[in-house]
Amino acid sequence: MTDVLQLTGISKHFGAIEALMGVDLAIAPGEVVGLMGDNGAGKSTLCRIIAGRFTPSTGTVRLDGKEMHFRRPSEAREAGIEMVHQDLALCDNLSAALNVFLGRELTMGVGPLRFLNKRAMQAKAAELFAELKSETRPGDLVKQMSGGQRQAVAIARTRLSEPRIVLLDEPTAAISVRQVAEVLDLIRRLKDAGIAVILISHRTPDVFAVCERVAVLRRGTKVADKPIAETSPEEVTGLITGAVESA
Amino acid sequence: MSHSHTGSAGFDPVALAARYAAPIFLIVLVALFALAEPRFMHPLNLMNILRQVSIMGLIAIGMTFVILTAGIDLSVGSIVALTGLVAAYVAKGGLDDRFAIGAAEQAGNPVFLAILAALAVGALCGSIQGAAVTRLKVPPFVVTLGGLTAFRGLALIFSGGGPISGFSPNYVWWGQGRIEGVPVPVIVFVVVAVIAHIVLKTTRFGLHVYATGGNAAAAELNGVPVRRTTFLVYVIVGVLSGLASFLLSARLNSAEAVAGLQLELDVIAAVVIGGTSLFGGAGSIFGTVVGVLLIGVLRNGLVLMNVSSFVQQILIGVILVLAVAVDQRAALRGADR
Ligand SMILES: Nc1ncnc2c1ncn2[C@@H]1O[C@H](COP(=O)(O)OP(=O)(O)OP(=O)(O)O)[C@@H](O)[C@H]1O
Ligand SMILES: [Mg+2]
Repeated sequence: MTDVLQLTGISKHFGAIEALMGVDLAIAPGEVVGLMGDNGAGKSTLCRIIAGRFTPSTGTVRLDGKEMHFRRPSEAREAGIEMVHQDLALCDNLSAALNVFLGRELTMGVGPLRFLNKRAMQAKAAELFAELKSETRPGDLVKQMSGGQRQAVAIARTRLSEPRIVLLDEPTAAISVRQVAEVLDLIRRLKDAGIAVILISHRTPDVFAVCERVAVLRRGTKVADKPIAETSPEEVTGLITGAVESA
Repeated sequence: MSHSHTGSAGFDPVALAARYAAPIFLIVLVALFALAEPRFMHPLNLMNILRQVSIMGLIAIGMTFVILTAGIDLSVGSIVALTGLVAAYVAKGGLDDRFAIGAAEQAGNPVFLAILAALAVGALCGSIQGAAVTRLKVPPFVVTLGGLTAFRGLALIFSGGGPISGFSPNYVWWGQGRIEGVPVPVIVFVVVAVIAHIVLKTTRFGLHVYATGGNAAAAELNGVPVRRTTFLVYVIVGVLSGLASFLLSARLNSAEAVAGLQLELDVIAAVVIGGTSLFGGAGSIFGTVVGVLLIGVLRNGLVLMNVSSFVQQILIGVILVLAVAVDQRAALRGADR
């Protein structure tokens, strides 16, 4: 078995709402899977379950064949799962650099006397923003940033560790054409490094540009999961809207 | 290197003026009083102002941590009453000779035990409230409103109705003594303010306080221990209330169950005037120190000029609202502290 991540029979309900019903999904290392579906189809919910933000109502999450029960996002992160949340999860009152390092701050000092190493965090954040070709300045407050700059901050976070899996929940929703190209490039670099990526997107061209497989959710059920080479944007659009029943 | 968690926003004179409104106003106020009343600038009077604000200021430092997390603590005045009585009780070794001047010298416990007891009971009060906020998910306003009445009730029961007074010289020194002419409570206030500033601006815990107040959900997602951070800020304000209360009892050479009545109002006013946002995530110890000084200078100057205490109350109320109004404008302009 080579899959790094394996979901079986994942269901999630919020009270009476059935957000997910019996979803299976598997990903191999270095594989990029596009996850598509209409608003409310359950894409974010599925990724949040993988990232430990929600626990599934039923079903199992396996990492390298081992069943995982994350109780909080930091546990999933420690297991090598990074996620860019759809709402970006930023603290507006802090600088870009501190947001990147939030929860994983660099410190210096001896023993229990430890102080934030802001200089190192600024330098590293500047490096990451440069890598993303983003104009984001590490010292700026997130409050004052554009949508694209905020997204760059959220994406930069995933570059702090050596993750196994990166989940991107609409990472290109608010950014310019040039920056979309950078994010797609980043995804290819993650792939080359053997990292598995799930890309949630409403933009069919992006999915067809970087993904080798596409999975489609419709009202909580997976209605398709096939190689990009064997499908077309038209079919995928039909699957999302329900014009095509399943594939 | 900047010690701020927050970045530079470029030069904007209006935002800059709004940002430093409280310090500017403090300087203007000092200048006005200096012109109007020669006695005001006398070093003894200035030292007197510092001595008067230092006890309230200690609690305001703790309150700054709480308000930065978007919380509030209304119970500090009652914690002051309870912890002061505890310190007095321990110092005296009981209630038998509660009024006997100097009795503690023969019968009581060392002063450090009294201090420890006040701090421990303050920490306990804070822990109970912190646990109620983080575990029971009761809003801080409600939890500490409960604390306000409950701790006062405890203090009244504990004191049996009367004050405990007459401490050993060692005890009283903490409230009335001086080092190189500087009152001991002022020194304690300055030391605690410096430590608090360093903790807030240069440690992970300090950053987590700001993150919790800025966006608790996002902070949590990123692995910030939001619950622990929130719990700890209530412990901090409890401990500092205990410390302040000990100093107060030492200054008055007496502790009583009605000590610290309505103290929370002054403390919260000082923190807010100092620019800490009640919505959390923005503010500083420097601002709080300025707010504390502003209230102290205003009170002292108006007393010197024979303005009635009722007018003082009105003025402090107006300044409080103005301070928040200035802050809102600053927030709208994207300026930040
Ligand atoms: N925390 C929650 N509490 C209650 N219901 C929720 C919660 N999160 C999601 N839902 C519901 O679950 C369903 C799926 O939501 P989800 O966010 O996964 O959709 P999505 O596919 O990501 O949509 P979008 O494209 O709009 O982001 C929706 O009906 C939503 O209302
Ligand atoms: Mg979504």
